[in-house]
Amino acid sequence: MMHSYLYLSIILFCLGIVGIVARRNVFTVFMSVELMLNAANLVFIAFSRMHESMEGHVLAMMVMAVAAAEAALALAVVILLHKHRSKLDTNVFSLLKG
Amino acid sequence: MEQSVNYLGLIPLFPLLGAVFIGLLHVFTCNRIKVAEKIYGLLACIGPVLSFVLALKVWVALRAMPEASRLLVYNAFTWFSVGDLHVNMGFLGDPLSCLMLLFVTFVGSLIHIYSIGYMGGDKSYGKFFAYMNLFLGCMIILVLGDGPVVMFIGWEGVGLCSYLLISYYNEDRENVLAGNKAFIVNRIGDLGFVLGMCFLFWGIGASGFDYLSLKANVHNLEPAIALTVCLLLFIGATGKSAQIPLYVWLPDAMAGPTPVSALIHAATMVTAGVYMVARFSFLYAGIEIAGNIIAWVGILTALLAAIFGMFQDDIKKILAYSTVSQLGYMFAGVGVAAYSAGIFHVFTHAFFKALLFLGAGSVIYALHHEQNIWKMGGLKAKMPKTYITMLIGSLALAGCPPFSGFFSKDEILYSALATGHFGIWAIGLLVAGMTAYYTFRMIFVVFHGEPRDVEAYEHAQESPAVMTVPLIILAVGALFAGFLNLPSIFGGDQIISHWLAPSLTEQHAPSSVGLEMFVIAASVIAFAIGIKIAYNRFAHGAAEPSFKGFASFAYHKFYVDELYDRVIVRPYKAIGAVIWNMIEPNVTDAPVKSVSKLYMLLGAAFKILQVGYVRVYAIYMVLGLSIMSLVLSQSLN
Repeated sequence: MMHSYLYLSIILFCLGIVGIVARRNVFTVFMSVELMLNAANLVFIAFSRMHESMEGHVLAMMVMAVAAAEAALALAVVILLHKHRSKLDTNVFSLLKG
Repeated sequence: MEQSVNYLGLIPLFPLLGAVFIGLLHVFTCNRIKVAEKIYGLLACIGPVLSFVLALKVWVALRAMPEASRLLVYNAFTWFSVGDLHVNMGFLGDPLSCLMLLFVTFVGSLIHIYSIGYMGGDKSYGKFFAYMNLFLGCMIILVLGDGPVVMFIGWEGVGLCSYLLISYYNEDRENVLAGNKAFIVNRIGDLGFVLGMCFLFWGIGASGFDYLSLKANVHNLEPAIALTVCLLLFIGATGKSAQIPLYVWLPDAMAGPTPVSALIHAATMVTAGVYMVARFSFLYAGIEIAGNIIAWVGILTALLAAIFGMFQDDIKKILAYSTVSQLGYMFAGVGVAAYSAGIFHVFTHAFFKALLFLGAGSVIYALHHEQNIWKMGGLKAKMPKTYITMLIGSLALAGCPPFSGFFSKDEILYSALATGHFGIWAIGLLVAGMTAYYTFRMIFVVFHGEPRDVEAYEHAQESPAVMTVPLIILAVGALFAGFLNLPSIFGGDQIISHWLAPSLTEQHAPSSVGLEMFVIAASVIAFAIGIKIAYNRFAHGAAEPSFKGFASFAYHKFYVDELYDRVIVRPYKAIGAVIWNMIEPNVTDAPVKSVSKLYMLLGAAFKILQVGYVRVYAIYMVLGLSIMSLVLSQSLN
């Protein structure tokens, strides 16, 4: 039973990584980050149930709170990026190119 | 015993402060408002005149002290002390430095006053006087310094100022090159001076490096080192005082304004070498070989310069070679250990040479900067004051009794003969005749006969009083300065020799009336012959001669400048070119440049990784984290 939760979580996490690396739309990248966070949450909850303790729940709630704050900031950044370049393609933003 | 007086430090301070003040005034106003020339003139003369007044005070103070212990010292501060060596910024007033100081400040002040008139209308009037004051201040430091190190400050200072003033008309390339030449040739001499100081310190310096300690410990010096020190210091003197082989800068130094030439030739700079040898008389007196070398170099320089002087056609160059020639006499004097005779000639020379230069300046001023004597002539009627004063100066230079130059030159010749240097005396006598010839050649061509350039002659007029009054004062000096050291044969009591005696280590030549009479008679005959030849050739108008054979060779100064150019300057430049083109890029620059190339290569390699896309950086992060996780999980097992 426990294994299924972990496999699901790994699959979600890897999907998130693939989304960040492969997709070019800023929103998709952002959503992939959220997906990875939720994969982590799932692991927390699963282990919490297994050990029958509340620490995992507390951490999961924290991650969600942090994710909400992060979402607020990230969306603001996305709006600024859009104002600046009128595009949401991550390849446009390559000032650090050597 | 020695006495400490603090006004000794003020003497160099006045002209130096004047230089700073005038210089700043000039720098801050030259682009906006024009400060009146009178203000600059007044400011410039205050410093030298105050120094002269204080020099008189030093003289009075020294006279009041007992003869054997006439010493005034002032220690401004400790300049540096390293181990056992303590070098003070100290000043020493003894009879020798006091005599030098008196005429340096006196003649210097007169030249400053004269310059007010001569430089009138110049566009950097303030700059000129700032340099002049600095020049005089450096010379006073040179004279008053209480040891070789302090002397060296002044020694370098006058070198710098001569460079600044010789290339004063810096819009002309020739003048700048002349300034460079003076500076570089002087540097060669200065190297000798520095090395001499090093050897001296190595030999005896540990127990004090001022003149008094050196004099007290001179017996500790090994003879070989003493000889080395003497010769190295003399190399310094040949640079500063224009002797063979470093005399070449002085004639070129005529590029500067005429008052500068007067200052360089009469009061400052060129007398430094003679003064230095006299200052170190305690060292030179013990080493006869060094003295002989100095005397022979001196007398040969005198001969060479006199030959050149006979064929020049620029009035200032004639005077320049006459200075080189007279400096040769001075070195012959100090070389045969007649230090007081050498210094006495420096003293009288200061008066008549300043007089001649300022007189020549007056002529040049009247003729609107014409210096070729073959364009002058008949100026006697137009410029009587200049004529009479210059005639007095010329008689003094030529050694006509009873003008000042006669006594001083005669004392040197007598000392040479009395100490058995027959060759030096004979050449000296020959040079005396040549001196009379070229001096009066100049006087006859410039002032007698018919005017050669009628238009310039018509416009010529006597210079203003600010220029003629210094001439008259100097003429009085040139007339009577000789009587200050009247030899006993004329009933005098050799005031200057006695005055200088405590500062110098010298054995006076045995007095012999017969020998002295003979020397004087020979000198007078040489003078008469020289002047007679000049009179026959030039007194009644003479055309510009065209030189052939030896005369042409002498007119081109034996091609010494060209020889130096071939033998020293060009090979030196060639070595420089080799170093610049071969050694510098391949040996010294190569490692430095390859280090920077290495980093550029590394940078180019790592540049590939920096693509600039966020997602690529994310991949790096994921990869990094994965590797870290793997390593961690391995280590846990």
